[in-house]
Amino acid sequence: MSVFDILGPVMVGPSSSHTAGAVRIGYVTRVMLAEEPVQAHIQLHGSFAATGKGHGTDTALIAGLLGMKPSDMNVPKSFEIAREKGLQYSFENINLRDAHPNTVVINVKGKGDRCIKIQASSIGGGRIMINRIDDIEVNFSGENNTLIVHNRDIPGNVSRITSLLAANDINIATMQLYRHQKGGFAVMILETDQDVPQDILNSAGALDGIIKVTYLNAVTV
Amino acid sequence: MAYNALSEILDICKERNISFYEAVMQDTCRDTELSEEENRKRMSEMWRVMLETSEDYDKNLKSRSGLVGGNGGMMEIYAKSHTGYCGEFLLMVITEALKMGESNACMKRIVAAPTAGSCGVMPAVYVAAKKLHGFSDESIITSMFVAASIGQIIAKRAFIAGATGGCQAEIGTAAAMTAGGMTALKGGTPKQITNAVAMALKSMLGLVCDPVAGLVEVPCVKRNVTGAVNAVACAEMALAGIESAIPVDQVIDAMREVGENMPSMYKETACGGCANTPKGLEVAAMLESGQ
Repeated sequence: MSVFDILGPVMVGPSSSHTAGAVRIGYVTRVMLAEEPVQAHIQLHGSFAATGKGHGTDTALIAGLLGMKPSDMNVPKSFEIAREKGLQYSFENINLRDAHPNTVVINVKGKGDRCIKIQASSIGGGRIMINRIDDIEVNFSGENNTLIVHNRDIPGNVSRITSLLAANDINIATMQLYRHQKGGFAVMILETDQDVPQDILNSAGALDGIIKVTYLNAVTV
Repeated sequence: MAYNALSEILDICKERNISFYEAVMQDTCRDTELSEEENRKRMSEMWRVMLETSEDYDKNLKSRSGLVGGNGGMMEIYAKSHTGYCGEFLLMVITEALKMGESNACMKRIVAAPTAGSCGVMPAVYVAAKKLHGFSDESIITSMFVAASIGQIIAKRAFIAGATGGCQAEIGTAAAMTAGGMTALKGGTPKQITNAVAMALKSMLGLVCDPVAGLVEVPCVKRNVTGAVNAVACAEMALAGIESAIPVDQVIDAMREVGENMPSMYKETACGGCANTPKGLEVAAMLESGQ
């Protein structure tokens, strides 16, 4: 834990887990959608459902989807801003199995019809964990540069992506592979030490067998 | 951080004849891979936001539950027209702690120190130190690194979240960090700094986390005042040369033991203490029904 995990983050109150963490989940979801969101259905589980309203968890999630960060003074006004920007949203409570008490499922649709479904938890001190993407189990924090690659579950995809990174001097810190079903669609999550520039993301997206490439830059999250 | 105990920092200070701040800063530079200047710049941003939260306090705001708001304003008026029992400095500390805690509950911008619920303890004391004793921003930033390192050691050896250790882990840690930081600010020795930490944390052992309706409002806001006043008292004792009979790292370990054995109803579950009083339950039921 660094000094600035103890003194920090700078955030809008009242709770690092129920407010700051919720903003981050919304923000990371927006980055993964990679489009202006127009419609969001949000399901709150556990303590998020029980005490979320008093902690502003609902406004915090919408603020994040609108691109705000935990320190943005407009976080409490996010419902109003969502109406101005044409983001429609709805909330309901849900009971998930084997989920952290502070968990949310966000189903979001973008302007250009891209859709993504994220399940994420706020694990304390404003830190978060992404648990599922489009119903596939994953596990990453968004604290590092993270490359998320949706691909067809066929031989060679992992090697094509890792070769591309190696050729550009990008070191892989951690790597995880998940799939929906054998031969179906799969997701790789690669955390990298260096920033992955846009042209490499474009090249990755153009590779055979790659369905979608999403990138989270650690600095901007 | 490379240190696992405050006694290790004391040893390094003695061995190399350096200050507590220098021992901590060397470690921070390694950890963040930033220069001393860059680290100080980041810390000055935290200090700037603390001052801004104090300046921007709005006594007319109410929290979402309606339980919290306006007390900082009442205290400020009282402090201006009375000397009270404890004099100008402590009255300002009390006022500032209320302002910070209430601002947090009302969704204003704060610095988690170490958590959002305990965000008022440290700035309350530093704001008063700057305004009434003329301490410079630079000297306060130096002492904030000392305070933060104390929080790092507590997080490493025990915990800093109410859900894992009760309120002693949040307000207790904030008070311990602040007591150490204040002792450093007045030029206390490394040994005096750790004595202040030990005394402040000892005084808060066993404090439960019992938020009404699960919200960071009651009793959290006013416990920031208790933590800040405790920090001031312990820093004064340490500067007078008073020592803690129990060494500081053993106090931190005791806090861990108490927290681990604390029933979960007292760890941010809103099932015990203030949350479980008839009034607390009434408030929770009212919020649930959406009134």
